[in-house]
Parts: sequence; structure tokens; C-alpha cells
Amino acid sequence: MSNNSSFISIQNVSKSFGSVAAVSDVSMEIGGGEFFSLLGPSGCGKTTLLRMLAGFETPTSGEIVIDGQSMSAVPPHQRPVNMVFQNYAIFPHLNIHDNIAYGMRKERLPQAELDKKVEEMLEMIKLPGYGKRRSHELSGGERQRVALARALIKRPKVLLLDEPLGALDKQLREQMQMELRALQRSVGITFVFVTHDQEEALTMSDRIAVMSKGRTLQIDSPTELYEKPITREVAAFIGTMNFFDGRVVSVDNDQIIVDAGALGIVKGIKDTTNFGVGEMAQIAVRPEKFSLSIGAPNGVGNFIEGNMISTAYLGERSYFHIAVNGIDQPIAVSAQNSASADINIRDHKGQVWLGWPDAAVVLLKQDASHSQAQ
Amino acid sequence: MTDNTATLRSTLPRSTKSGGWLSSLLMRFEALRGYLLLSPTLLIMIIGICVPLFILVGMSLWTQHGFEFDKSLTLANYFNVAEQPIYKALLARSILISGGCALATVILSYPMAYFVAFHVHRHKMVWIILMTLPFWTSYLLRVFSWKIILGYNGVINSGLIGMGLIDQPLEFLLYSPLAVVITLTHAWSAFAILPIYVSLEKIDRSLLEAATDLGDGPVRRFFRITFPMSLPGVIAAALIIFIPTVGDYITPTLLGGPDGIMLANLISAQFGKVNDWPMGAALAIALMVTVALFSVVFVIISRKVTERIT
Repeated sequence: MSNNSSFISIQNVSKSFGSVAAVSDVSMEIGGGEFFSLLGPSGCGKTTLLRMLAGFETPTSGEIVIDGQSMSAVPPHQRPVNMVFQNYAIFPHLNIHDNIAYGMRKERLPQAELDKKVEEMLEMIKLPGYGKRRSHELSGGERQRVALARALIKRPKVLLLDEPLGALDKQLREQMQMELRALQRSVGITFVFVTHDQEEALTMSDRIAVMSKGRTLQIDSPTELYEKPITREVAAFIGTMNFFDGRVVSVDNDQIIVDAGALGIVKGIKDTTNFGVGEMAQIAVRPEKFSLSIGAPNGVGNFIEGNMISTAYLGERSYFHIAVNGIDQPIAVSAQNSASADINIRDHKGQVWLGWPDAAVVLLKQDASHSQAQ
Repeated sequence: MTDNTATLRSTLPRSTKSGGWLSSLLMRFEALRGYLLLSPTLLIMIIGICVPLFILVGMSLWTQHGFEFDKSLTLANYFNVAEQPIYKALLARSILISGGCALATVILSYPMAYFVAFHVHRHKMVWIILMTLPFWTSYLLRVFSWKIILGYNGVINSGLIGMGLIDQPLEFLLYSPLAVVITLTHAWSAFAILPIYVSLEKIDRSLLEAATDLGDGPVRRFFRITFPMSLPGVIAAALIIFIPTVGDYITPTLLGGPDGIMLANLISAQFGKVNDWPMGAALAIALMVTVALFSVVFVIISRKVTERIT
């Protein structure tokens, strides 16, 4: 599989249903062999975009190019893509063997060779000998695998997956995430994966496009998305984020100083986003970037005094809410539950100290629609 | 006695407190509830179907002597049905005509049902009701109007002559098995559209998309997915048309001519002009048994097909 960075090129694609715009002016480049996720809440246009890649919907405007070939005039049954449907869409009147072999009819393979190929696919999805069974005899996870095999046997250039793990229970879903990721690595086919589950997108993808209301908000690697969201919407959608309002005091070559009122003077690292002195900025800090201590931390650094108002024990980690004078919303803090130290903190009531490194601070442009601190 | 009812009451569930003994009895015995709900229908079934059927079977074992019945029981009539070639020929023709009619109805109704199921997105019910329009006029009127259309100087013949395509009227149109098939097909089409429509409507659209996705064009997809999945509806439709048309005698009488006569005409003649009621009864039973056999085969096929699909 070619490894160029724009194996799939989506160029200014819009799609409206009547007066409703499902996808508005979306552009992205997806690399060959990439595991690419479209992430967003329901109704954000991610499924419509996927269906346009498959050819089930025609873009109102814009163009989709796959492997150098424009898809505008290519009907869905002739596209070099295959899809795994949300409900799997296993043909109920055919057995598993015939389901997997369904798309191979055009290849006109001799029966023995076809049977061998199907059996190979069954081995790959760890369901050997299931060929004679019917779809209603299979569990959800097994059907999901069959849907996968049925699409992969055709060796498509791109595999489209429409929330394929949505119907599975949590444990099976996590197992399938691993398997799917491993499978994608071994076959080397470009996967375009639609999901509303941010955790799923983060664990599986090479890159993620976060979508909302028919537009892309940010396209980046999972780490970048989590550590350096470029808008408040992305920051709030992926994981938990604490937001504070501030005003830029000074900007120099490598850092931005922001006066955040009750939080004090906050230093943020300067990256691509430009701020002018006196501009309002959003300060965003992830819950796990805070450190929590009962006594006042000695030495220099950023810290602030607060009051522990609630704790939640979640097994591997604990969540704390800390009220700070002058800040409306309690600050969310999370900490790993390690063997000894934190136990005190977990049972602690009353005064605590919050500390954070400068690197934990993400500075965002003040967003007109979300000017209220969360 | 009062003591007994008191203890009985106390053992009943609380919810039945307000009702009398009947409601508590009904709560307890589901089967009884079922029979009670069925009872109006059951009564009509017994009076209208079981009793006449019993009389028919009884009568078929008698024989006719002049204007009298010989009430000694004998299977002579059935031997007669088996031996006389005319009966077997007419039975075979009845089955052929209504089989052809069922086939034609299904073939003609399928596209209509398909259209409504897949290409109509709003007001589907209006379309369905419009398709049942033939049923809004009397059956006899429909038969007579076909007589006008198919007749020697009818719409089709005069139309074709007018266009200069033929010199002589086509004689095979009216008074032939073809006329019977055409008329019955038109008359019963609504019964076929509904089950086929339902079976098409039930098909999960994502299956069709999956077939397209796996490389099937529209035609191939129809024969690999849509048609097999709609087979239960098709079989049901064929059966629904076959059963009533095989016993029809109005259309064959009015449009069939000598070659279009069916077994039902003979049965009605036995009870009329021929005045051999026991023979008529035996023929009716023979026809009924044949239809039942066909139905059983249809039902078994349909079961098999449905099992494969669900």
C-alpha cells in the first residue's frame, strides 16, 4: 500500500439534505495505511462524510479523490472501498461462508480457491470452521468480525468503519479495539473509523478529525489533540478540562504571561497561537496535570490554596473537586491511586494545595460562544 | 359454604379483589380466557363452516336416484371422480388456470409493491389504497368490463383493427382460459400487492447498501438480496391468490367459453341442472383436498425460506 500523505483527499466537501447542512466545507487529507478516525457527537456529520466516501451519498459540492482517482463519477459498487456497517448488515439468507465470499463473485475464482480464501479469512478473524453457520447463530462480536472479513477479503484500498464497536459490551469492545488495531497494522489498509467515543478514537487512531456541526474542528494525532487542543470545543470534547479566564500581560519569545485573577499569574508556553498584550485568553489545564498536597509546597512554582469539596474513587484513579476562592467552578483534579501516598489525600477534608507546571497550561483564544468559564 | 368461599377469596391475588368469581377464574386460567375471546368467531366457524362441511362429507357418501337420495353410505362417488377422465381433466385445468393466475398476479404485483416500498417516501398508505381500487367495484362489474375489453368487437380488437395491425378480431381473447386468467389476475391483484409490499418493506436497507458496497450493481443486488428476502411475501401472495381462484366459477362461466370451464362450474352444475347433489359434494371434497395439499406444500416451502432468512 502506498504511503503517501494524501491517499484520500477530501476537498471542500459539503452535503446538505434539503435545507439542513450535514457537512459544510470539509477538507482533509488521509494518508495511505493510516488509521484515521472521525470523532464527534451524533449529528456532527461524521457518518455522512463516511457515506460520501463509500458513495452512498453524493456531495452537494466539493470532491473526493481516492488514490489519485476522483470519485465523483464512480458509483458505490465500483469504488475501491468497503464498509463495515454499524449493524454489521450480515445477509440473513446466506451462511457465513457465503457472506464472506459475497463480494468475490466478480473475481471468478475457482470454487476451491475461493473456499481456501474464505477459510483464511475465518482463521484471521479467529472463527475457523464457522462457514456453515448462519448469522442468527452468532454473537454480536462474532458478527462484527464476519462483517470485517467480508469487507477485507476484497482487499479494498480503504476500509470504512461506521461505529462498528458501538453495539458491543465494554469488555468485548476493548478487546475488539486491540484486535482491530493489530489487524489494521498487519493488513496495511487505510482505515477510516467513525466513532462518538473519544476514548476509542484516542486508543486506536493514528490521527483523529474532531467534527462538530458539520465542520472539522481539529485534525491531529491523539496526543496533540489531548495535549494541545486548539479550541475550547475540542478541549471540552476530549477528556475533562478545567477552564479559567485570563488577560495576557506580556508576550516574549518563548512564553506568554497571563493574569488569571484568583489563579494568579500563569505562564504558558508560546506556540503557534498568537496573542497580543491585553487580549483575553482561556487557560485550560487537564485534571491530571495538577498535583495535590496537604501542606504548602515549598520552593518556587505555581500553587494555589483551595478547599477539597468532593472526592470520587474510580479504582485506578480518584477524582477530586477543589473550590478556590474567586473561581466560580470547582477545579477538577485527578490522581493515580498509587500504593501509599495518596491515601491520606483521599480521605482528607478541608484545606489542600494545588500545584501545576508551566507545561500543563494550554492557552486558547477567547471563544465568543463560550465566554463563560466552565 | 360461606366459609369455603371466604378462604378461596383470601387465597386469590389482591388484584382480583374487585371482580367476582368469573374474573378471578379468568385470571387463573389463561386458556379459558382465550376461548372466551374466541367465542364469537368460534361460533360462526362452527355454524358456518364445520356443520356444512360435515353435511357435505355426509352427502358425498350418498347417491342420487332420480329425485331421491339413496342414503346408504358408499364411496361410489369418489370412485367416479377417480375414474371419469372429465373430472380429472377439469381438476387439472382448474389448478393450471389458478396457478397461472397466481403466477401472473405475483409477477404483475411485484413491481408495484417494489415501487411503493423503495421509491415512494411519503404517503405510502395513499398509494397502497389506490392499488386496492379494483376492489371498490363489484366483482361482477369487473368481470363484465373485461368482457367489454376482450370481446369480439371489444376495446382491444377494435383498437388493433383501427390501428391496422390486424384484419380480423382476435378470437382467443374472450371465451378462453386466457380471458379467465386475465380477469382473475386483475380482480385479485390487491391481495398480492399487500404481502409482497410488507416483505419488501421489512428488508433492512443496510443489507442493500452492503451488497452495493461489495460490488453488486442494482440488477445483481435485486436477484441476490432483494428477491430472496421477499420470497416469504411472494409465496404468501401466490397462496392467497391460488386458494380462492381455484374454486371460482363466475369468471369461467362468463368469460371462459367451453375451454375455460373449471371444476367449480361442474360442481355448481351438479347442484343445479344435473341435480346430482352427492356427486357435487364428492367433487367439492376432492377439490378441497387438492387445494389443501397444495397449500401444505406452499406452507412448507414458505417455512423453509423464512427460516433461511431470519
